Amino acid sequence: MPSLKDLKNRIESVKSTRKITKAMQMVAAAKLRRAQDAAESARPYAERFNAVLAGLAASVGDSDSAPKLLTGTGKDDVHLLVVMTAERGLCGGFNANIAKLAKNHAAKLKGQGKTVKILTVGKKGRDSMRRDYGDLFVGHVDLTEVKRVGYTDAQGIARDILNRFDDGEFDVATIFYSEFVNVVSQIPTAQQIIPADYDTADEGDSDGSTTLYDYEPDEEAILADLLPRGVATQIFTALLENAASEQGARMSAMDNATRNAGEMIDKLTIEYNRSRQAVITNELIEIISGAEAL
Amino acid sequence: MAETMQFDLVSPERRVASLQVAAVQIPGADGDLTAMKDHAPLITTLRPGVLSVDGPDGEAKFVVTGGFAEISSAGASILAERAVPVEDMTQEIYHDMVKSAHEAHAKARETFQNEPGPVDDAAKLLADMVAMGDHIGISPPNL
Repeated sequence: MPSLKDLKNRIESVKSTRKITKAMQMVAAAKLRRAQDAAESARPYAERFNAVLAGLAASVGDSDSAPKLLTGTGKDDVHLLVVMTAERGLCGGFNANIAKLAKNHAAKLKGQGKTVKILTVGKKGRDSMRRDYGDLFVGHVDLTEVKRVGYTDAQGIARDILNRFDDGEFDVATIFYSEFVNVVSQIPTAQQIIPADYDTADEGDSDGSTTLYDYEPDEEAILADLLPRGVATQIFTALLENAASEQGARMSAMDNATRNAGEMIDKLTIEYNRSRQAVITNELIEIISGAEAL
Repeated sequence: MAETMQFDLVSPERRVASLQVAAVQIPGADGDLTAMKDHAPLITTLRPGVLSVDGPDGEAKFVVTGGFAEISSAGASILAERAVPVEDMTQEIYHDMVKSAHEAHAKARETFQNEPGPVDDAAKLLADMVAMGDHIGISPPNL
C-alpha cells in the first residue's frame, strides 16, 4: 500500500505528463494543418505531371529506344527499397508500420532469391531497419535539419537514386511511405518508382483527354527529360504525404495519451481519497477506543 | 481584350498563377512560342527563360526553369520545377540557379568524356541560364 505522500507525488507527475502530451497534441494539430496545406497545394502539379507522363509512356510504349527508367533494365535481380519514415518518434505506430511493410517486402524478395538494398530517409526507419537488415544498407538521407520539406529535398533524394540507377546498382526501386487518409488512418504504402509504373488506365477518363498532342521536341526526348523529374515528383509527393501522416499519427497518439493520463489521475485520486479516509478512520478509532478504555 | 483562355502556372510546391489571359509567351526547348486561344494541342519541354503572359492586369512575367508546357485549345498549363515572378527574382536566387547549372555542366563533362550529348545539353542549360539573366537584367556570378 503506497503512502499518501507517494500517491500525491504520483498524481502530480501524471498531471505534468498530461500537460506535456496535451501540448504535443496541439502542436501536432497545428503542424498537421500546415502539412495538409502543403500536400494540397502540391497536388495539381503531381496530377498533371503524372497524367502527361502516363500519356507519353503509353504512346512510346515498348519500343526498343524507350528510356530505361520506363522499361527497366530487363532484369529484376536487384531491388532497392527506399524506406521513408519520420525523424522523430512519439507518433503511434507510424514509423513501425512503414518499417514493417518494408521488412515484409524485403523478406519476400529475399525468399525469391533477389538481392535487396536499402536506402532510408528518416532516422526512425533507419534505426528499425538496421536491426534486421543492417548489412543491406546502401545509404541514408538525413532530413533532421529540414523543418519543412521542399521540392529541393525531393530532388536531392531523386538525384541520389538516379545516380545509383545509372551506375547499375539496382534494377527496381520501390518507395515505402504512409499515405494520409485522415487523422486516425494512415496507410503504409509501397510504390514502385523505377521502372516507372504509370497507371495508363487512369489517363483516358481523367478529363476525357483523347486529345492528340504535338510534341516538341519528339516524344522520346520529352520522356527522357521528364522521367527523372517524375521520380522527384513522386518522392516529393511521398514526403508530403509522410509529413501529414506523421503529424496526424502523432496527434491521435497524443490524444490517446492525454486521455489515458486523465483516467489514471481519476483512479489515483480515488485511491488517494480512500487512503486518506482510511487514515482518518483509523485515528478516530484509536481516539475512541482510548477514551472507552478509561 | 481579345478572346481569353485559361492559364495555369504550377510549381511542385504550389500553384503560382491561375488566370484568364489573351496570350502567353513560352520559352520552349526548341524556341519561344506564343500560345493563344484555340492553339493546336502541343506539349513542349521548357528551357530556362522568361515566360510572359498578357493577362487582365497587364503583362506579367515569370522566370521558369525545367518542366514542360501543355497547350490545348482551352488553355495552357505550365508545369515548371521553379517558377518565380520576375519582381521577386533576386540576385541571390539567380546566382543559385546559375551555380547549380555550372555544377551540372562540370559533372557532365567529367562523367561523359566520350559522349558529347549530355555535355552539350548541360552547356546549353548553362547558356540559357546566363541569357535569361541578361534578359531580366541580372548579371551572372563570377565562377
